[in-house]
Parts: sequence; C-alpha cells; structure tokens
Amino acid sequence: MSVSRKDVKVIATLAQLDLEDHAAKSYIQEMTDILAMIQKLQQIDTSKIDPMPHPQDIQLRLRSDELTEPEQRSELQSIAPSTEKGFYLVPKVLD
Amino acid sequence: MSDWESVIGLEVHIQLATRSKIFSGASTEFGAEPNNQACLIDVALPGVLPVCNLEAVRMAVKFGIAIGAGINRKSIFERKNYFYPDLPKGYQISQYQIPIVVGGTLDTVVDGSVHTVGITRAHLEEDAGKSLHDEFPGATGIDLNRAGTPLLEIVSDPDIRSAQQAADYMRRLHRLVTYLGICDGNMQEGSLRCDANVSMRPRGQEELGTRTELKNINSFRFVEKGIITEIDRQIDVLESGGTVIQETRLYDPIRNITRPMRGKEDAQDYRYFPDPDLPPLVLSEEFIDSVRTDFPELPEQRKLRFMTQFNLSEADAAQLTQSRPVADYFESALDHADNPKGVANWINGELSSYLNKEGIDISDSRVDPDALGQIVANVDSGVISGHGGKILLSILWEKPKLSINEIIESENLRQDSDSGTIEALIDEVFAAEPEQVQRLKDGNQKLIGFFVGQVMKKSRGKADPKLVSDIIRKRIRS
Amino acid sequence: MNLANSGLNQIAEALDNREMSSVELCEDYLTRIDDAEQLNAFITIDREGAIENARQVDENRQSGASLGPLAGIPIAHKDIFCTKGLLTSCGSRILSNFISPYSATVVERLSAAGAITIGKTNMDEFAMGSSSEHSYYRPVLNPWDTTRVPGGSSGGSAAAVAAGLIPAATGTDTGGSIRQPAALCGITGIKPSYGRASRFGMIAFASSLDQAGIFARSAKDAALLLDSMCGYDPKDSTSLDIPPPQCTQKLETPLDGLRIGIPEEYFTAGLDAKVAEIVQRALKEYESLGATLIDVKLPNSDAAIPCYYVIAPAEASSNLSRFDGVRYGYRSEHGESLAQMYRKTRSEGFGPEVRRRIMIGTYVLSHGYYDAYYVKAQRVRRLISNDYSRVFETCDLIMGPTTPTTAFEIGAKMSDPVLMYLNDVYTAAVNLAGLPAISIPAGFDELGLPVGLHIVAPYLEEARLLQAAHLYQKHTDYHLATPDLVT
Repeated sequence: MSVSRKDVKVIATLAQLDLEDHAAKSYIQEMTDILAMIQKLQQIDTSKIDPMPHPQDIQLRLRSDELTEPEQRSELQSIAPSTEKGFYLVPKVLD
Repeated sequence: MSDWESVIGLEVHIQLATRSKIFSGASTEFGAEPNNQACLIDVALPGVLPVCNLEAVRMAVKFGIAIGAGINRKSIFERKNYFYPDLPKGYQISQYQIPIVVGGTLDTVVDGSVHTVGITRAHLEEDAGKSLHDEFPGATGIDLNRAGTPLLEIVSDPDIRSAQQAADYMRRLHRLVTYLGICDGNMQEGSLRCDANVSMRPRGQEELGTRTELKNINSFRFVEKGIITEIDRQIDVLESGGTVIQETRLYDPIRNITRPMRGKEDAQDYRYFPDPDLPPLVLSEEFIDSVRTDFPELPEQRKLRFMTQFNLSEADAAQLTQSRPVADYFESALDHADNPKGVANWINGELSSYLNKEGIDISDSRVDPDALGQIVANVDSGVISGHGGKILLSILWEKPKLSINEIIESENLRQDSDSGTIEALIDEVFAAEPEQVQRLKDGNQKLIGFFVGQVMKKSRGKADPKLVSDIIRKRIRS
Repeated sequence: MNLANSGLNQIAEALDNREMSSVELCEDYLTRIDDAEQLNAFITIDREGAIENARQVDENRQSGASLGPLAGIPIAHKDIFCTKGLLTSCGSRILSNFISPYSATVVERLSAAGAITIGKTNMDEFAMGSSSEHSYYRPVLNPWDTTRVPGGSSGGSAAAVAAGLIPAATGTDTGGSIRQPAALCGITGIKPSYGRASRFGMIAFASSLDQAGIFARSAKDAALLLDSMCGYDPKDSTSLDIPPPQCTQKLETPLDGLRIGIPEEYFTAGLDAKVAEIVQRALKEYESLGATLIDVKLPNSDAAIPCYYVIAPAEASSNLSRFDGVRYGYRSEHGESLAQMYRKTRSEGFGPEVRRRIMIGTYVLSHGYYDAYYVKAQRVRRLISNDYSRVFETCDLIMGPTTPTTAFEIGAKMSDPVLMYLNDVYTAAVNLAGLPAISIPAGFDELGLPVGLHIVAPYLEEARLLQAAHLYQKHTDYHLATPDLVT
C-alpha cells in the first residue's frame, strides 16, 4: 500500500506541518515504508479480541473538587513568546 | 407551495457549577483577570496530566437521573484533536463513543400542548479558552481562564418541530439544571450555550432534509428568533428550487439573518481516540445510588408541595416554582412571615414589578427575602398598613442597607391603632357630613367605604383601615 | 575511590564516614563530565545548583539531621523530566528555550531522598529514536567506541553512567529506551511496571507506554533508586495507588526453584550470532545457580514492532500538538498568519524523525484508517499481553537478548527508519503489556562491545527482577567493567 501526495498533504495540514516539495517526496517514501511494515498486523486474527488502550485494567481515579492551583500567571507568562496585558498573543485569527 | 415541517435538534453546553476545573485544581470563577486562573495544567505545559473532578461526574449523573436516562457504568474520555490557539493541548478531552449519560426525555409545553423531546446523550468535556480578536492590533489575545471548565453537552434527538418548542426546551433545560444545582444558569456569562441543527422536509415525508447548524445562539429569545429566521431561509431556498447546503451558520440578531460561518469549510477530521492519560470512568451502583438519594426537589414536585403545604393555588405555585431562585426566595421569606399567600402575592406582584423594571433576576434583587418577609409580617401584624408596606419596599429598594424598623419610624409609617384617636377623627368626619351619616344609618352600606376613606385621609394614612371600619359599623348600630 | 565504577553504597559509606564531602564528590564528578565533554552526554550541567545542594546536604550531615537514602549522591536526569528553573529541552529545538516552571514528580521524589541533580542528559528528540542521534544537541557517543551510538532514546544517561560521569541517572522507556541503551553501553537499566512511577512532569511521548526508570552500575544501585523514585502520585491518573516495591529490602531473598522462560521467537534470524552466544552463556549461568530453563512461546512477538509503531506515533501525534508556539517554547519568526506561525514553528522546531512520527500517527488516527490501524493495533496489543500472561503461568521470569546486535556505527541506520525501528524488536512488546523489565551486562563481543541480557517479570514484580539481576551480578563481573575513555 502506498501513500499518495494528496494523502501526505491532508495529513500535513491536520498535523500543522509545512510541506515543501522535497519534504513531500521523502514523506511519501518513508510513510509508504512504515505502513508496509505496519501492514503485517492485518494478517493477525483479532476477531474475538477487545482493543487494549491501557496497559493495565485500571479505573479512573477521581479527585475532590478543591482549589489546589495557585495563581502564577507572571511565572507562566515569563516563558511565553508573546503576551500583553495578561493575554497570550498570536497572529490575528480571521473569524 | 408545499407544507413544510421543520426538524430541529439542539446541542446545549452547560457549564457545571464546580469550584475547580474538570481536570485541574484551578478555579472556575467567572470574571478573573485574563489567565489568572490558568494553571500549569490548563496552559498545557509539557509533562502535565489531567485528573478528573469527582463533582463534575456527580453532576452529570444527577442530570442523567433527572431526565430518566441511562447512566453508563463505564464511559470513556477521548481526545478530540484540532489546532486552535485557545485550545492549549491541541485536543479537547471529551467523551465520544461511550458517553456518561444516554437516553432520557424532556417535555416541552407550547400553547398548552405537551411534546416530549428525546435526549440522545449527555457527555462530559472540558471548555476551551477565549479568543479576543478586536483587542490588539494585528493580533488575537488568548485568555485561558475558561479552559478546562467542566461542560455537560446535552444532545437532543431531532424531535423538535418548531422554534417555539426549541425555546421552551431551552427554558426547561435551564430550569432543570438550575434546580439540580449543577449549573448557575447565568446566560450572560455563557453558562448555557446552544447550537441548533435545523432541516426542513415536506410534511409527511420520513426522510430528513439537509441540515444546517446554527452556532452559539445563547439566549432563549435568539434561539427562537434565530431558528425562525433559518427556517424561513431554508423554505425560501427550497421553494425557489434550490438546495440547502450542509454548513455551519451564525445568527445575526441585529439584521435578523443567518449567515455561513467563514473558516469552517475545511472538512475537519478530529481523530478521536481514547485518552491514554485517563483510564475508563467506572461508576459503581453505590455511587449512583448516593446521587439518587441526595436528590434535590424538581420543579413539578416543588409546585405540588407548595400547593399542599402552603395551601397555594396552582397558578401561584406554578409562578413561584418557575425558577429555583424564585422558589428559594419564597421559602426564605416565609421564615419571617407566616403567611404564604401574602408572601406569594408580594413576590408575584410588587417585587416582580421592581425586578421587571430593571430587568434583573430575583437572585440579584436589592431587597432580600429576609427583608421582604419582615415587610409582610409588619403588614400582617398591623404595625404598618398595606400601603405603608409598599412605601417601605420602595425605600428599601433604593437603600437596601437601611433597617426596616428605622424606616418605619423615620417615615412615620407606624399605623395608628389607638381607637381613641380614631373615634375623634370619626367624630370630625361625621360632624362634617350629617346628611351622609343619615343615609348610612338608613342602611346604605356602600357609604362605609366613603367614611373610611375620609378618616384615612384625615389620619394621613396612618389609621388602621380595618379598625376604622369596625368602629364606624359599631357607631351606626348603636 | 575510583568513581568510574563505585557503587552507591560505597559512595554513601564514604560520605557517611566523612572520607569526602558531597561537595567534593560533586566536584569530582563535574570534572569527569568536563573531561568527557566529547561524548555529548549532557545538554545542561547545573554546577551552581548541584554544589549549593551538596553544601546543604553536607551541612545537614554535619548537624546530625536525618538524611535520605540518597543524601548527597549526585545523579543526572534525562532531559525529558521537567526540572524547575532548568532548561528542559527534551532534545528538541522546540523546547530549546524552555525553562520549566515546575519539577516532575520523579525528580522531586529523588531530590527528597537526598539526591543532587547535577545535570540533564542528552537524548533522541522527544525520546523518538534508538541511537540518540536524533537530538537537536549533537549525537551522543558510545563510551566503549566513540564511533558508535550509545543506543537511545536515553543515550545521554546511559553513556554518562557507563563512562562513570555520574553513578546513576534517570531515563524513560517507551519501547526500549532504557534497556536498549543500557545494553549497548554495558550497564544496568530498569523499566518498572507501567503505573509504578509517576508520569507527571515527564514529557509525554506515548502516554500508554512511557515509564520512568533507572540507569545504574548494578542491580543493587538500581534497586535503591527505584525504591525512592516509585510511588503513588495523585497528579497522575495512571499512577498506581500501592506501596513502592521495596526492592532493596528483598534484594538478597533467594530465588529457589526459579523458572526462566526462554521464548523461541527471540533466537531467530536477525539476532547476531555472537550476541546469541553470550546470552546463552548467561542463561547457563542461571542454570548453574539453580534455575530451570523452560522453552516457551510468545507467538505474537513479530507483531510487536508493527503494533508499537501504530500506537506510539498515534499517541505522540496528539501529545505533541501542544507545541504550537503559543504559550512557551520556540516560535518561528516566519509566521504572518496563524496557520503559517503554526506550520513554521512546528516544522522548524521538530526534527525529521519527530515530524515523521507525527505524520504516521496522524495518518493512523485519521478518518478511514482508525479502525484498520489504530483499533487493530490495540487488539493485537491484547494478544501480545495475553501471550505474556500465558507464559507467566509456568515461568517466574522471561529472559533473552535485549537487542539483536551490539552498538552500531553512527549514521548507519539514519537513512532507513524501518531498520532503526527493529532495534526495539525484543523490548517494545514489554511496554505494550506494561510489564517491568531490566537489561544487565552479560559480556562483550569480539569488538569489545557490551551485550545485554533482557529479563522480563510479571506485572509489579520489580523486586523479583532485581533479585535475579543481583544474583547474576554476584557471580559475574561484566557490570564492573569500564570503558577506557581516551580523553
């Protein structure tokens, strides 16, 4: 199974990665190779097997509804690329 | 011209009234300085992890029980992946394949006819932050205080058939969640937000037409007007031979039109998958039972109780229980006045007109239930007249800090119940109107009102009208 | 004392007997680190912080205050663990300016036990790699042969411990990232059961597979660190609410009647003959110590790498979405629009291997492929996990090679991702099943390169793992060998 240029473009858009021409070419090749390797899974019969998203069978633990986090905006924003008046700034979002 | 039927389904997001966020211990309080309530988990620093809030789960279960839904003993948090600057992790934690609440119903009543709306599901998720597009030149400002606030998304079946029903559904949902105490119901602060899926089909046709989604119609009024507008638009399109395009639209209340939302054309692929940071949410029978036993009284139950316990008419009880804050206000006021009917009249009458005049909710009333209860009690015990009570309320409305007794004294509202003084006033009035006195004595009972009014005038409203009337009756009999 | 191969209890004893102060000890290690700069084992060295903390411990010791089990002992942390006030880069340009405002639970627990953080070790970017070549900060070199890789992704920690630059270090293991470099560098590396150590503050690669662990010079040292590092953390929903494993206490417990499962699938084509021979010799050693070797089958072993390379990239693609240039880290200057800012930031900030895995992960989760790839892999994962459960019905431990070959040359596998992925062929299945496992030195090939013995235990049986490793190390001296570093 091979990956098309169009597939790669769609995936790069979803993943917010740049896709210059030379990059597209190598992505196509590498993804095709990796997918060929992954393809082996299809030969395994899993018809009566449930998926296993967690390595152990554990349940969600719930915490009580308490305020535990101090206000630390200035500390958190001191490492931000761009802030003003307490807001994080990004290039203007159009609608 | 065809006869069109509208098919409407609503997705309502309610903010759950927890103190802390669904996956972090930061505060959910509204109105803080930007990003002051965005902790390291909310800003999605590298390495941070979510831990789920028990109270949010309890509230979702409470809602499920209230609408007669099924509660999944095992539900799954998944990641909904997309990039947006106010979505710090690049995914929203939500429930997708297996939500916590499935099924249930909510009845709407429009023009006296009951219509049951099915609830498809309700699921827990986290809210995103807020983007400010107009605050900074060339830039969008991001405030993550709201990021991580717990939401319950309630999805209805496409059972709704009119804009009026949709608005009523929304109102009843609002009433229910505020009664349950799981949402503060504050529409201005976005505690209840609604998206509507609208489609049209020729009446009698089974198959559904193409739907549009109206986003962010966040008031009862706009739900109704927005849907009416969209229905009209779709009918126009269909009757002029066009086709409705499946798209997301916005309602513009100023121009009263709906328009397509820009930037939503890209087909999204959210790549949902179970969040590996959060194992399955498993609920025990004991937990669900504990929510069931600790259940608040719902609107209908409360109405019936008001009718039996306080001997109120159905109309009064219905009016008082229309919202939980009004019913709570009523019961608090009763702590000070042992007169349910009287308190009901004061709330539904005088107090309501003040609230309506300023367009505020009873929870923001400048006269609190204690004060109103005391006003009613003072009227009932004859300390002040009903008229005096109204004066008292009007002064208190302007100056809520003042004490009731002070106002009664300073405004001279204390009712005169000294029969000696009243006898003297009656003497004066009788002396001035001998002919009328004769007619009264001859049996013209209507004149009692006239004399009471004259005496009241002379007393400048301070005489107890009942006492005046009693004395006059006694005099003419003798 | 020779710092290159001193055990922690020797060091602790020296500190206790006031043969040296913690400050002196830290200074000695810092000198060794400086002398071995060419290994690129470290990304950050915190001289001032380390000396200051060591001075504090020395003062406490002087005043007779009660001290933790690791008091005054310097360690290093893989640069994937957030350390408050220190650069935490995760080997990536995208975090090359990220001074963490908080510390990982693992870091805090080890500090609370008295350990001194001396620096942050180099690694494959976001722990994606098996050679430590995929780092924004130059590749790490193997101290046994500096033309070869140390393995990865925790290559900096492995090389630093192997070269005696530090007595122990933390690492993380998602598909073999502790055990594989431990094997290639000839040291002891343990990954505990999933849920034993908190993941809070450990930058996520694949959340359902990632687990913190330890590099040390012996099983005994590893036990000491593991006991301090593990434990319940309410900040991690997958952390187990059970007491820590108490490995040190159980270390000398005899392993009477030990049954060792030898999976036939591990000794097939692809395994280097010399590595096979050395591993067989180690198994014989166990036999001679009283253990019974049992041939077992792990029939889905072949599926482990494909399964891993669906699940790990899928989770990674989502975990790495937060690196968007908005709130911290690198932001490209070439972003006029938001979309451009995102794409340039992420394309310039992530290296090629990370971008590749994000692409694969996005692909297998996308519409139309989710069931065929992602869900399918999660089903196969259960089959793999079931295989282990079945084998552990008749065995106490599973043993085999950690890696198919010894350390390979730098650059040898950089152009072929799939070939690189096969380094994890024996280790990745363990992460899929969440089991504890260790790699210990078992000998050297004809080039003098170390070979690792891989031991896997049932869930939560870290203590048994370390007992077995310790038993071996009491009867062999491979773990005491040190490379001759030409400096």
